[in-house]
Amino acid sequence: MTAPAPLKSAIRPGLAPGVRLSFDKARDCWVVLAPERVLVPDETALEILQRCNGSRPVDEIVDELASVYNADRGEIAQDVEDMVSDLIAKRILVG
Amino acid sequence: MSGAANPTPPLAPPLAALLELTHRCPLQCPYCSNPIELERAKGELSTDEWRRVLDEAAELGVLQVHFSGGEPTVRRDLPELVAHARRIGLYSNLITSGVTLDRARLAVLAQAGLDHAQLSIQDVDHQTAAHIANHPGVQGKKLAFARWVREIGLPLTINAVVNRHNVTRVERMIDLAVELGAVRVEVAHVQYYGWALRNRAALMPTLEQVQEATQRVEAARARLRGQIVIDYVVPDYYARQPKSCMGGWGRQFLNITPSGEVLPCHAAQTIPGLVFDSVRHKPLAEIWASSAAFEAYRGTDWMPEPCRSCDQREVDWGGCRCQALAITGSAAAADPACALSPAHQEMRSLAEAASAAPAPDFVYRRMTPQETPAKVAAATR
Repeated sequence: MTAPAPLKSAIRPGLAPGVRLSFDKARDCWVVLAPERVLVPDETALEILQRCNGSRPVDEIVDELASVYNADRGEIAQDVEDMVSDLIAKRILVG
Repeated sequence: MSGAANPTPPLAPPLAALLELTHRCPLQCPYCSNPIELERAKGELSTDEWRRVLDEAAELGVLQVHFSGGEPTVRRDLPELVAHARRIGLYSNLITSGVTLDRARLAVLAQAGLDHAQLSIQDVDHQTAAHIANHPGVQGKKLAFARWVREIGLPLTINAVVNRHNVTRVERMIDLAVELGAVRVEVAHVQYYGWALRNRAALMPTLEQVQEATQRVEAARARLRGQIVIDYVVPDYYARQPKSCMGGWGRQFLNITPSGEVLPCHAAQTIPGLVFDSVRHKPLAEIWASSAAFEAYRGTDWMPEPCRSCDQREVDWGGCRCQALAITGSAAAADPACALSPAHQEMRSLAEAASAAPAPDFVYRRMTPQETPAKVAAATR
């Protein structure tokens, strides 16, 4: 019904209060711990989440991932923006 | 238990544990999730025992612990337990009525490493809230508590339990949660086990009320997208598909009672014949893996028809065992919330009859349940 507002590339996403990214020894994977929720990020999501520290703008995260993976910047930008805006709507990230 | 001794694939560890530190509570809500037979303070696990349980839970693979009750803040050792949970990497949630703590004691919990607080509300209307909780002035205390949570910087969930007395105000309860700065609101229709089952006629809304509430929740979801997460616990008695209760029996979740019994769900003690193990006598990992109560309805081997051959059997896991028991008399039957259950129409009729009649008085949740003849007469009129 209401499409999320386009993400501004200057926002600096970080984990919302009450959300932790931690390594789960029992399952041997990273998990996002949030109120009444446990999310298991896939490899791409984890790369993005680990860079969402509240101080780096989306633009910079995209630049870095594009260079680390030697990938098309436009594609990476789309992935990052989609994920970040979705997780902001779910109150996992704040922008 | 036949065939369930060696479940394949290998058993995954639980994600979360609900720790009922105590059954003591200043409120007397008629839909309380505690059992009718409440545990007294002298039977509760000690601080050392709870610390050991936290260690065993983390070791087993539990990621989140919910400090619950009763009212968990009546335990003076709560800050110690929260700090311990934090130290060993557990995510901790406080499930509270919000009427016992002052700001300073809440700040101590936050400092100890509490991750999140969940505050229950009975209504937006102060009078009805006081009536449901049987506690004068309850709403004012809760609003103050919610303010402190936000001032201290903890994320807040509001839990609003929906019943015939407040069902028309669902939208206002959601708006209140937004006003209070909550990140999440749980709009939960009453689940009818234990105390709520005893009070079913006093709590049951009509089908029309439930449909309207559901529409309002959906509209609020669209309107408030990005502002607040809205979780909706569906009204089983008017449902057509069962909920995946606890995410499946013994699959993701365990519950520990004040005296240390380990249950697959908080209402499991309503099922006769189930034998529960205690953390006082066995390691938690062993209980999770092989306790008779967990094995009883784990997986799909125990299922009768229509579940056994249903393509949803690993989606809803047969629904809720306690509800099957409450309606059909057998905990191994399909959940009557399912349209395929032979008892589906019977459950719907129970709800329709209860909600059409005037609401009887509440039987309040107390250590010794009151059974006055006048109230029984009112309930059966």
